[in-house]
Amino acid sequence: MKYTIIGNSAAAIGAVEAIRSQDDSGEIMVISREPYRAYSRPLITYLLAGHVDEARMYYRDDNFYERMGVRPLLGKKASALDLDERQIELEDGEQLGFEKLLIAVGGSPIVPQVDGAHLKGVFTMMEWDDTKKIQQYLETYPVSRVVVIGGGLIGLKAAEALNKLGLEVTVIELIDRIMSANFDEKASEIVQRRLIQKGIALVTQNTVERILQYKNRIGGVVLKDHRRIDCQMVIFGIGVHPNISLVEDTPIEYGKGIQVDEHMQTTVKDVYAAGDVVEVRDVLLNKVRPIAIWPNAYKQGWVAGCNMVGGRKSYPGGFAMNSIELFDVPTISVGILQNGENGFEVLKHFDRKRDVYKKIMLRDGVIVGAILVRDIDRAGIYTGLIREQINVSGFRDVLLREDFGLISLPKEYRKHLVEGEGVYL
Amino acid sequence: MKRIYIHEEYCIGCRLCEIHCLVRHSESKKIVKAFKEEFPRAMSMLVFEEEGYLSFALQCRHCEEAPCVQACITGAMHRDEETNAVICDQDKCVGCWMCIMVCPFGVIKRDTETKQVASKCDLCQGEDVPVCVQNCPNEAITFEER
Repeated sequence: MKYTIIGNSAAAIGAVEAIRSQDDSGEIMVISREPYRAYSRPLITYLLAGHVDEARMYYRDDNFYERMGVRPLLGKKASALDLDERQIELEDGEQLGFEKLLIAVGGSPIVPQVDGAHLKGVFTMMEWDDTKKIQQYLETYPVSRVVVIGGGLIGLKAAEALNKLGLEVTVIELIDRIMSANFDEKASEIVQRRLIQKGIALVTQNTVERILQYKNRIGGVVLKDHRRIDCQMVIFGIGVHPNISLVEDTPIEYGKGIQVDEHMQTTVKDVYAAGDVVEVRDVLLNKVRPIAIWPNAYKQGWVAGCNMVGGRKSYPGGFAMNSIELFDVPTISVGILQNGENGFEVLKHFDRKRDVYKKIMLRDGVIVGAILVRDIDRAGIYTGLIREQINVSGFRDVLLREDFGLISLPKEYRKHLVEGEGVYL
Repeated sequence: MKRIYIHEEYCIGCRLCEIHCLVRHSESKKIVKAFKEEFPRAMSMLVFEEEGYLSFALQCRHCEEAPCVQACITGAMHRDEETNAVICDQDKCVGCWMCIMVCPFGVIKRDTETKQVASKCDLCQGEDVPVCVQNCPNEAITFEER
């Protein structure tokens, strides 16, 4: 069998590892637009901040491809698919045939239509080269003030990194609070307070309308309320959307992302898709949408790989989750949190002295959302309860206790966890 | 693969597992030194849970399709090819706590100083039987192939 994977990040590597766990002779080819061995995109802000060096960017060891018997085609962009002929066309004109294909091309950064977005000094924050370009720019030109557009995960991790480099950073957020896609109001407020304490300026309910040119570079931005902020660099950190351009002129169906069945197969046989490029069932919101997070991507890639080999493995759907630490404040948020508390039973704990915040959202006795700020150590137990849809009505009083643990769970569920062999998800 | 199995009804709550685990993962491997002379003091890699008469030691389950390995953004959390144990490579861990978010057992601890996964059972690499099991006086934890 010949397996071809377009993409080289979490979903692609998950697929490689799944395929190789079951088929040690089939040919595997990985085609990647970027010239690098598989690396960790979430680390690009760590690299910018100087927290990791380039050697630590790699997701797998030096001889991963060799060990896995993978033929990497790096720095080659797949530009078109001919599904009738089972051909992939590369940007340089080369044609490659495939038997089983996985599309794991991820997302592209969202760049809104802003006057001046093309100017020198405007960057996105998604891949290794973005960090390299920012670093080069900082070395070449005098930059003291930066405007980051977007107060979500990407924007804030970028803001933190630039702040650590000694730059004056202003974050512009459209909504009235940061991290609105992951946090509730209280968690936003705690982290917001921390950012401001660390010297990050925050402008909410506002947006950049125009980026101003100054001597062929950037002089500042003009906000919706006509306020002007001087800066020498602008970073778009709004988010990503599925990179569906490759399937646009093919019979593969897509909505916001590529449509897949429970086996991660697209609407075309033998063509699979996984990771940030797909839309999957959000089992908590009960709707299909892209859930662009690393753990989902790997797992989907793994499931796709198992099925490309001929297995019948199912991806059960996912839900939002994230672990974000900003300026030494760790947070973990899982599931539904962002749209208010109406219709849910809510459990809350706030320790003013330690600035520890915990909240659990219940629907019909089942946890559907959890957020933890600072005291995050046993967060995974909640994630497990959410995933397994355990009815917690009988023990909900202990859920937020400081000594909460597996011991607090009903005997049957605890024994299922504790006495077993671990989980097979 | 051999795993640690927990029999909570036999646990007498002596916490010897925790002490021996800490000593095994200390610099000196000596009990007095480990507790009195090593700073930062080594951490036990297991979680000891206790409430009333019920208690048990909880170690990483070394899950077959481990959520922590799948969620790890750096590749630090990995399966050791020889022993099959799930191990965290401290040279790669950046302390993003994705593993903590997805571990349904809640057995991963943080080191907030070094920003790394501080402790996670490694099945005592190099020992035939993990020290917590070796030193459990009542066989409340056993190491076996099932």
